[in-house]
Amino acid sequence: MENPENVIEVRNLEINFHTYAGEVKAIRDVSFDLRKGETLAIVGESGSGKSVTTRSLMGLLAPNAEIKKGSIMFHGDDIIKKSEKEMQHIRGKDIAMIFQDPMTSLDPTMRIGMQIAEPLMKHKGLKKKEAIAQALEMLKLVGITNPEGRINDYPYQFSGGMRQRIVIAIALVCYPEVLIADEPTTALDVTIQAQILDLMKDLQNRIDTSIIFITHDLGVVAGMADRVAVMYAGKIVEYGTVDEIFFNPQHPYTWGLLNSMPTLDTEGGSLSAIPGTPPDLLDPPVGDAFAARSDYAMKIDTQQEPPFFKVSDTHYAATWLLHPDAPKVTPPAEIVRRQQKFAAMQKPEAPIKSDTKE
Amino acid sequence: MVENPNNIEINPGDFAPLDKQAGPDKEKIAAPSLTFGQDVWRRLKANKTAFVSFIVLLLLFLMAFGGQALYHHDPNAQAPKYANLPPKIPGVNIHGLNGHITQSGQDVDAYKQAGASSSVHYVLGTDYLGRDLLARIMYGTRISLEIALIATLIDLTIGVGLGILSGWKGGRVDIFIQRIIEILSSIPSLVVMVLMATAFTKTGMASIIAALALINWTTMARLTRAQTLQLKNQDFILAARTLGESAPKIAWKHLLPNLSSVIIIQTMFTIPNAIFFEAFLSYIGIGISSPQASLGTLISDGQKNFQFLPYQMWYPAAVLIILMLAFNLLGDGLRDAFDPKSKR
Amino acid sequence: MPDERKKILEVHHLKQYFNVGKKDEVRAVDDVSFDIYEGETFGLVGESGSGKTTCGRAIIRLYDPTDGEIIFNGKDISKLKGKKEMHEFRREMQMIFQDPYASLNPRMKVKDIVAEGIDIHGLAKDDADRTKQVEDLLETVGLNKDHSSRYPHEFSGGQRQRIGIARALAVEPKFIIADEPISALDVSIQAQVVNLMKELQVKQNLTYLFIAHDLSMVKYISDRIGVMHYGKILEIGPADEVYGHPLHDYTKSLISAVPVPDPEFERNRKQVAYDETAEMDGKKRRMVEIAPGHFVRAAEDEVAMYTQRAVDAGLITE
Ligand SMILES: Nc1ncnc2c1ncn2[C@@H]1O[C@H](COP(=O)(O)OP(=O)(O)OP(=O)(O)O)[C@@H](O)[C@H]1O
Ligand SMILES: Nc1ncnc2c1ncn2[C@@H]1O[C@H](COP(=O)(O)OP(=O)(O)OP(=O)(O)O)[C@@H](O)[C@H]1O
Ligand SMILES: [Mg+2]
Ligand SMILES: [Mg+2]
Repeated sequence: MENPENVIEVRNLEINFHTYAGEVKAIRDVSFDLRKGETLAIVGESGSGKSVTTRSLMGLLAPNAEIKKGSIMFHGDDIIKKSEKEMQHIRGKDIAMIFQDPMTSLDPTMRIGMQIAEPLMKHKGLKKKEAIAQALEMLKLVGITNPEGRINDYPYQFSGGMRQRIVIAIALVCYPEVLIADEPTTALDVTIQAQILDLMKDLQNRIDTSIIFITHDLGVVAGMADRVAVMYAGKIVEYGTVDEIFFNPQHPYTWGLLNSMPTLDTEGGSLSAIPGTPPDLLDPPVGDAFAARSDYAMKIDTQQEPPFFKVSDTHYAATWLLHPDAPKVTPPAEIVRRQQKFAAMQKPEAPIKSDTKE
Repeated sequence: MVENPNNIEINPGDFAPLDKQAGPDKEKIAAPSLTFGQDVWRRLKANKTAFVSFIVLLLLFLMAFGGQALYHHDPNAQAPKYANLPPKIPGVNIHGLNGHITQSGQDVDAYKQAGASSSVHYVLGTDYLGRDLLARIMYGTRISLEIALIATLIDLTIGVGLGILSGWKGGRVDIFIQRIIEILSSIPSLVVMVLMATAFTKTGMASIIAALALINWTTMARLTRAQTLQLKNQDFILAARTLGESAPKIAWKHLLPNLSSVIIIQTMFTIPNAIFFEAFLSYIGIGISSPQASLGTLISDGQKNFQFLPYQMWYPAAVLIILMLAFNLLGDGLRDAFDPKSKR
Repeated sequence: MPDERKKILEVHHLKQYFNVGKKDEVRAVDDVSFDIYEGETFGLVGESGSGKTTCGRAIIRLYDPTDGEIIFNGKDISKLKGKKEMHEFRREMQMIFQDPYASLNPRMKVKDIVAEGIDIHGLAKDDADRTKQVEDLLETVGLNKDHSSRYPHEFSGGQRQRIGIARALAVEPKFIIADEPISALDVSIQAQVVNLMKELQVKQNLTYLFIAHDLSMVKYISDRIGVMHYGKILEIGPADEVYGHPLHDYTKSLISAVPVPDPEFERNRKQVAYDETAEMDGKKRRMVEIAPGHFVRAAEDEVAMYTQRAVDAGLITE
C-alpha cells in the first residue's frame, strides 16, 4: 500500500458491461483511496458508476461485467484476483454493505435476531447463544427500544426506519473495517434519515470503521462526509475534503450540481439546471465528457481528456479550466459566494491562499 | 498521488470557448431503437434451446398443415393387402427403413411377401388396414393441433376476459368469478369430459374442445387477474383515468399489451397440455374415434401391434413427445425473454 | 383575511377512508380543509404515509371521497356523477406522477402517450393536426421531436418526466396536481423539471398542487405550504413564513431535519425532536388563523401559545 493510512486503494479501475448494443464503458479509469476511520462520499448523477464502483469492491458485479484494468488493494491483496470463496470470507466480515431498500435487504421469513446473529456464526464461528447475545447488544446500539422484546420479531413488524436500523446492525455486527452504504437513506423520510445518519456517525466513532457513502443528496454529503469524490460518466472528475468540494469547487460539473439546488435564500427566478442528459456510455465522448453540457466548455475539452490538476494537497480536479494557460472564468454567482466563504474560513490559520490552483 | 501533468501538448486556440450551436444535440438518444417485440425476439434468438424448439415447432406446423401438398397420400385410403408393412424409403438400406422385418429370427422383405411392386413404398410403413402411416401422422398431428389451438383460443378469450374483469372491477364481481373458478377447478377433468361426451351425444372434436376450454380457462383467468390487480394501480393506468379514458379502452390500450407476455407464456403451456389431454382421451377411447385420426388414436392403434410392429406406435408417440417438449421449452425461453430482470 | 384573488379550489373537511367499517380501516385523509388561489402553487409536505398522495387523488377523483366538499371553479366535484360532467372535469385538472418509470405505458410510443388526452377528448381535427400538436408539446417540454416514435424505456428519468408533463398539458388543464414529480430524479435534473413547471405556470396560467417531501424544493416552488401529518393538515401559511418561522412543533421538527448542502451549517445543526403524542390528547382541534394567512391546527387553549409564538417571530404585533 502506498500509504499506511489507506484501507482501500483503487487504481485505474476500468469496468465494461457486455450488452447486445455493444460495450457499456461504465467505469473509465477510476482511482481513489479510503483512509482509516474516514467517510468518503461518492456523489454523481444516476448512471455515473457509483454503484458499479462499490460493487466491484465487494466482488458483486453482474455476470456481464468485465474488469478491463486496474487493481483494488485491500490489506495488500488485490480483491479483483480473489476467488468467489475468498470473497465470501471478506464480505460481511471485513467489508459490509447497506443497500437503499430496507424492505428487500432483509429476509422476511427470518427473525431479526437470527439475521443479525448469522454473520457472527458464519465469520466468527460463534455458538448460537453467544451470537444472539451479541445481536442483542447490536440492537441496543442501533437504538431499537426494548431490544429483548423485539429480537424475535419478523421484519414486517418494524417500520421502514427501524428496518434500516436492523440492516445497519447486520452490516456492523462483525465490526467491519469498511462499510459501504449505497443510498442508505434515500427511501426514508427526512426526520428518520436524520436519525439514521446520526446513528451511523455515532457508530463510526465507536468502532472506527471507514465508510464509503453513496448518495445524490448533497445535503447528506455535507453532513456526513470527510472527503468527497464527484463522479461523472464513469470517471471521478473532482475530489477533495468536504469543505473544499462545497466551498471551493473547481469542476464545472460540481459547480452545476451545487448550483442546481435551491438554497434557503434562493428567491424567485429560475434554478440553474444543468441542461441535457449525461452521455451514453456505449460511446463515451472524447475529451471531457461533461463538455456537451457545460457553459464553460473550451475547444480542448472535445479533443483531449483533462488530467487531474492539483488544487491543494487534498484537492484535485480534472478540468482544463485549471490549466495555467486557460482563461480565467467566473463561476456562477452561488459558487463565487461559496468560494468567498471558503477564503474567509481559511484566513484565521493561514494568510490568504489562492483558491484556483497551487 | 497525482501530480500536475506538465507534458501536455497545447495548441493555440485550444482554450477558445466551444461553439455550443455546433456541439452535439444534448438530448439526442444514440442507442438504436428497439421495440418491445424486437427486444424479445433478440433475446429469444440468443437462447439456443428455445430457438431450436421454435424452429422444430415451425417445421411440425408446416408438416401438419402443408404436408399434404407435398406428400399426396390419402390418410384414409385402405389397402388391406398392404397392411402392416414396415417403413421403406427407396435407396436407403438400413434395417427398419428398407422394408425388411425380422420374422422368427429371419430377415424377410415384407414388401415382397405382400406382393407389392418395387414402386410401392411407404415412408413410415402402414397400419393394420394398410393406411399410409406418414399420411396418417400428418393428418393426426393436424387434428391434434387444431383441437389444441381452438381450445386454447377459446380459453384465452374467456380466461383473459374474465380475469381482467375480475381484477379490474374487484368487489362482488371479483368474488363471484373467483367462486366459479374455484368450483370449476375442483372438478376432475375426466368428469368434465364424460359430461361433455354425454352433452354432445357423440364424442368428437366439438366435445373435446368444449371440455378443454372449460377446464383450462381458469388458470388463464387466475393469472390475468393477478396481473391486472398489479397493473391497475400503476401510475400510467391512473394517468389514463385522470385523462378520462373509459374502462374498456384502458383494458384494450393499457392492460392487454402489458398482459401479453403473461398470456403468451401461459398459452405456450396450455397448448401442449391440451394436446396431451386430447391424446389421452382419444387413447382411452372417449375422444376422437377411428377412422378419424389424431395423435391419440394413432398411438392407441399402434399399441395393438406394439409387440410385433413397434414403429406403428413409436412414430406418433415421437411426434407427440417432440411437440410437447418443444412447446414447453419455447415457453420457458419466452418467459426468460419477456422477463425484464434477465435483460442484458 | 379577505383575499382579492380568486379561489380555484376549496377543500372543506375532506375525508378519505379506506376499508370503511372493516377492522383495517385507514383514515388516510381525515378532515382536511384548504384553499388554492388561481395561478399559485400550493405545496403539500409531510412524511411518508401522512396522506399527501391520497389527498391529491381524492381531489382529482381517482377515489370517491368519504366525506367533505371539493369545490373546483365553483362546482362541487366531490359529487360529480354524470359521465359528461366527469369528462369535462378531466380536461380541467391533470396530474403529474412521481415515478417516471411507472407513469408511462412501456408498450406505447411516446407520440401515442402524449396524444392520449387528445384522442380521448377529440382535440385533433385529423392525423396531421394530431402529429403537429404532439410535436409542439414535445417542443414545449424541451424534447427532441424526432424521438416521438421511440418507446419510454429509451429515455432517461428526467426526459420521461417531461413526457409525462407533455401528456398532462395536452388537454390544456387549468389545474395540475404534481405528486412528488421530482423525488425520483437527480438533483441536476430536478432543476430542469422545476424550471419547466415554473415556466409553464406563467405561460399557461396554471395552478399547481405540488406534493413533495423535499422541503427546500417545496419552499422554492410554492407560494403557500400546507404541512400534513397523520391525515391532517397541521399548519398552512405563506412558504417563507412556514419555512422561516414555523409555528407548529411538527413543522419545526421537519424543517430542522432537512439536510443543507453546506458542511459548516451541518456541523452545527440542531435537530428538534417532535413528540407526536401531543396531537393525540383527544382535544378538539381546528384550523385557527394565528397570523394573516397563517393557520395552525390548534385546540382552544393552545391558541394563545401559538399567537405568542407568532408575536415572537414578528409575524404579528400585539
Ligand atoms: N449489468 C449491467 N449491464 C449493463 N450495463 C450496466 C449494468 N450495470 C450497470 N450498468 C451501467 O453502468 C453504468 C453505471 O451504473 P451504476 O449503477 O453504477 O450507476 P449509479 O451511479 O449507481 O446510478 P444510480 O444513482 O442510478 O444508482 C450505467 O450506465 C448502467 O447503465
Ligand atoms: N388504497 C388504499 N387502501 C388502504 N390504505 C391505503 C390505500 N392507499 C393509501 N393507504 C394508506 O393511507 C395512508 C396514506 O397514504 P399516502 O400514500 O396518501 O401517503 P403519502 O403521504 O403520499 O406518503 P408517501 O410520501 O410515502 O407517498 C397510508 O397509511 C397508506 O398505507
Ligand atoms: Mg446506484
Ligand atoms: Mg405519496
